[in-house]
Amino acid sequence: MTLFIEQCLNGLQFGLLLFLLAAGLTLVFGIMDLVNLAHGSLYMIGAYFAATFAAWTGSFVLGAVLALVATLLVGMVVEIVAMRRLYGRDHIDHVLATFGLILFFDESVRLIWGPAGLSLPLPPWLSQPVRILPGVEYSAYRLAIIVVTAAVAAFLYVLVMRTRIGMLIRAGASNREMVGALGVNIKLLYTLVFGLGAALAGFAGLMQAPILTVQIGMGENIVILAFVITVIGGVGSIRGALVAAIFVGFIDTLGRAFFPDLLRMALSKEAAATAAPALSSMLIYLLMAIVLVVKPEGLFSASQK
Amino acid sequence: MSGKISSMLTPRNIAIFVLLAALVLLPVYTGLSGNRFMLTLFTRIVILAMAAVSLNLMLGYGGMMSFGHAAYLGIGGYAVGMLAHEGITSGFVQWPVALAASALFALVIGALSLRTRGVYFIMITLAFAQMAYYICAGIARYGGDDGLTIYKRSEFGGSINLSNKVQFYYICLALLFAAIYLVWRLVNSRFGMVIQGARSNDVRMRAIGFPTYRYKLVCFVIAGTMCGLSGALLANHTDFVSPSIMYWTRSGDLIIMVVLGGMGSLFGPVFGAVALLVFEELLPTLIKLFGTPMFGEQAARASEYWQIVMGPLLLLVVLFARGGIDGLLRKLRKKERV
Repeated sequence: MTLFIEQCLNGLQFGLLLFLLAAGLTLVFGIMDLVNLAHGSLYMIGAYFAATFAAWTGSFVLGAVLALVATLLVGMVVEIVAMRRLYGRDHIDHVLATFGLILFFDESVRLIWGPAGLSLPLPPWLSQPVRILPGVEYSAYRLAIIVVTAAVAAFLYVLVMRTRIGMLIRAGASNREMVGALGVNIKLLYTLVFGLGAALAGFAGLMQAPILTVQIGMGENIVILAFVITVIGGVGSIRGALVAAIFVGFIDTLGRAFFPDLLRMALSKEAAATAAPALSSMLIYLLMAIVLVVKPEGLFSASQK
Repeated sequence: MSGKISSMLTPRNIAIFVLLAALVLLPVYTGLSGNRFMLTLFTRIVILAMAAVSLNLMLGYGGMMSFGHAAYLGIGGYAVGMLAHEGITSGFVQWPVALAASALFALVIGALSLRTRGVYFIMITLAFAQMAYYICAGIARYGGDDGLTIYKRSEFGGSINLSNKVQFYYICLALLFAAIYLVWRLVNSRFGMVIQGARSNDVRMRAIGFPTYRYKLVCFVIAGTMCGLSGALLANHTDFVSPSIMYWTRSGDLIIMVVLGGMGSLFGPVFGAVALLVFEELLPTLIKLFGTPMFGEQAARASEYWQIVMGPLLLLVVLFARGGIDGLLRKLRKKERV
């Protein structure tokens, strides 16, 4: 039972983290109609910045804040230099161009930080377990991730649904020509939205950094998951991204934890041992396939395109 | 008559002729110079060009933006690898199994994916390819993550010996030409017209009365099967197959080849494959060559990081060289007329 609660929390934590990535993707896609494969690179860069700045300043929190700002700036620069020229082009152009960006970012990181991974040590007050229920202890840091990412999700909701910028963002998603015609500086808006997406990705990266190693290519696998989430949730829908992210987080974590045991009940021990790892990493893709077959536009499709 | 010949002598046709002649004569050159590496490199190029040709059939002509095409490379490769691992080395069994497995996979994936369109289609094909990747990475019997070494290449009785490098190269080249011929016949047939019509305007094609879904599915299956064959060749070429053969970046490479060469042009993917892979080989040397006078020792170190040049270069191709190499060759022709 303790294990189950722990795994559920892990699932929630992973899901919320994925939401940060997926929200950026879905915003950028919904508003600029841009497929950004390089989103994972921004995630990686956030983690590298955090590790570096934390080592410089000697403070985890300060390092994280600096990294967040730095990723935001990198995102805005990328938008101004490259992405801006891709709006309105074919999706295949987006895929190719951002694929090129991935190569560029991976190699730049290798050039600057070297091929070996970095680690981001946690401050003592975050690295000890806390008691959340009588007899149940849980990592303080993971708990902190849950709290902080939930706060970011709430902030994002308020930003998009309750502020003027959010109104423009939503308006841009449904009809960008009209928004431009009404005198809104659409270029600046796009740069801001892309920067926001980058910052969210960087934030996800730096939150994940103390748990995993900071290494080249760390963003590539997770960004595919984020894509799966945006597709399941319906491209352009933040609400869809939240629901799908938590769903995927749970399925992935619980699947990996308990699926092998379940299989062992149904199959022989050996067959289960061979099939379990493959099947549990497939679960999410299977889920996506089922969702797309039943609802080809995703669960909460935002646009009527 | 002479007018007809001179009108055929466009820069594009000359380039195609030179490329094909170079590919045919390459083993002669490597035989004379003893440059074995070049033959190995070009065998790889020819095999991947075939995969690119198959992707071009669905992407360039059919407008189906599959981001999981490398899955078929993997399925074809694993069919050969698994059978060889079980002691069945006859190519008469291996290759048909590779083709049938890829066709079946393409049929299932295509039937599901073609229900969606746009970015959803890109993502669902990607997801299915990742699924195939994880399945192969998870099968411990066939090496799992580490891959599977193939100790014996496919055997075709006594007549053909795939271990002979020159013979193997010519077989790959012949199959590449056959694939291009097949695509040429397909796109100029009624079937091909329907596919291209569906690319331009699917709704209208359906309104005229063509069940485009079925046509597209058939196109999807043909492309997948063709790529499966090139997967079987690739496994024979490297004597090894691992899940990384179908990792999503590999699908990206195939898309690069098609777009670089020119989408929807018959020989474009071949140009693209040659350009990309030769460039990948040459770029480190080029950086060293041109960088050393300017930056000295630093350049030699920088040549390790050639992808830092490759990435932005891709971006530039996308931004400024639409239509790829084929498009550039066509433009040359237009300028001449003016």
